[in-house]
Amino acid sequence: MKLSKKDILGMKELSRDEVTLILDTAESFLEVSMRKIKKVPTLRGKTVINFFVEASTRTRTSFEIAGKRLSADTVNISASTSSLVKGETLTDTAKTLEAMNPDIIVIRHGAAGAPHMLARMIKQSVINAGDGAHEHPTQALLDMLTIRQEKGVIGGLTIAIIGDIAHSRVARSNIIGLTMMGARVTVCGPAMMIPRDIEKLGVHVSHHMEEAVSDADIIMMLRIQLERQNESFFPSDREYSRYYCLDRATIERAKPDVLVMHPGPINRGIEISPEIADGTQSLILKQVTNGVAVRMALLYLLAGGEE
Amino acid sequence: METSKIIMDAAGIERSLTRISCEIIEENKGVQDLVIIGIQKGGVFLAQRIAGKISDSEHAKVPFGVLDITLYRDDIMTTRIKPKMGRTDISFSLDDKKVILVDDVLFTGRTIRAAMDALMDFGRPKLIRLAVLIDRGHRELPIRADFVGTNLPSSLWEDIAVHLTESSGIDEVVIEKS
Repeated sequence: MKLSKKDILGMKELSRDEVTLILDTAESFLEVSMRKIKKVPTLRGKTVINFFVEASTRTRTSFEIAGKRLSADTVNISASTSSLVKGETLTDTAKTLEAMNPDIIVIRHGAAGAPHMLARMIKQSVINAGDGAHEHPTQALLDMLTIRQEKGVIGGLTIAIIGDIAHSRVARSNIIGLTMMGARVTVCGPAMMIPRDIEKLGVHVSHHMEEAVSDADIIMMLRIQLERQNESFFPSDREYSRYYCLDRATIERAKPDVLVMHPGPINRGIEISPEIADGTQSLILKQVTNGVAVRMALLYLLAGGEE
Repeated sequence: METSKIIMDAAGIERSLTRISCEIIEENKGVQDLVIIGIQKGGVFLAQRIAGKISDSEHAKVPFGVLDITLYRDDIMTTRIKPKMGRTDISFSLDDKKVILVDDVLFTGRTIRAAMDALMDFGRPKLIRLAVLIDRGHRELPIRADFVGTNLPSSLWEDIAVHLTESSGIDEVVIEKS
């Protein structure tokens, strides 16, 4: 089986078989990160450019570590240090990067569709590391790997995604991926943060947290994205957290074996209480570990293989 | 037209593995510092059996590990279809160990080259020896086996398949002309 893609732009573009291939491959890569010498020679001589126009610590570091553990040469460009601040357009930057002949470009951009535009313009592989409020496929894949590891399967599970669904690319990618793999997804949040017609993606909508968590196998909390809120969607952090913070009292309404995820970075005490974030049911750090393996798998599957 | 011929049956495989196990013990003068590593996929069950035989006859447990060499292949970036990766499980250090690398068929030697590179990432073994059930010739690298079940000169258009009960339900080595 091969990944018949030039680019990884979103979960929407992936098939069920391709997701399974990526997760299986990632599973094998987990072991490499556990070794004393955490490096394999597979991508020797390949160049990966991490082009991050929007702030990121974990995703950029994760991609960089993934590339380095595969022996690829990784180069990081961030918005503040790039020519974008001198007024260069994305098109010109893309053409310039392409001319340096990298093999894979990983891009994060505030504008939805920027990775897709890049992918159309250049011949190299493009991986979307988050575009606006659109998609964040590598996050969804690492979440799915974590769920599969913990629960054995994805199909048949009930997953509650709670928070600002409207602004969350993590939520969108997970909804597409999880429903494709046969999970039942419930989204929950204040009405202002649930996009109209979200049911069309095959999810169930709830506005009450206790109802949403009651039959969940996994509770996926979303970060309240204060930076993405040009207008106010809720009166105050405190009011939001009164209704939508995952704390001990709420989790006691859920199944005893429920597990908790969060894509990070977490706003402690706003969407999740520290007690839960650091508790035994939390998979937050496991998600980070799995992120490196998923990104290694994608770099490996996309690199090379020219006819 | 495809024809196949059984060239080694269950008893033959059993005898070969018993002899290889004895030779390993003899050469090593016991099981001191010995570890057995099977190469995915063909070598894993054979390595497990050899480790079992050595442990039984010496009344001491021999560490056993599994190595997947996919990431070390020299053709990994030139083939269109990426081979499915297997599991690597070496949960002990190889520093100063005497490593017996086990595979089913020795052919071009490229797998063994990859396996040796991979092993070096798990420590610095004192030595590496190679045990194979079948040596079919056609080497492309300067590599030879130390313990061999059977030498089987073959044509390049023949396929040699080792079937084991653990995976195929039967112990036999088959040569196929395709």
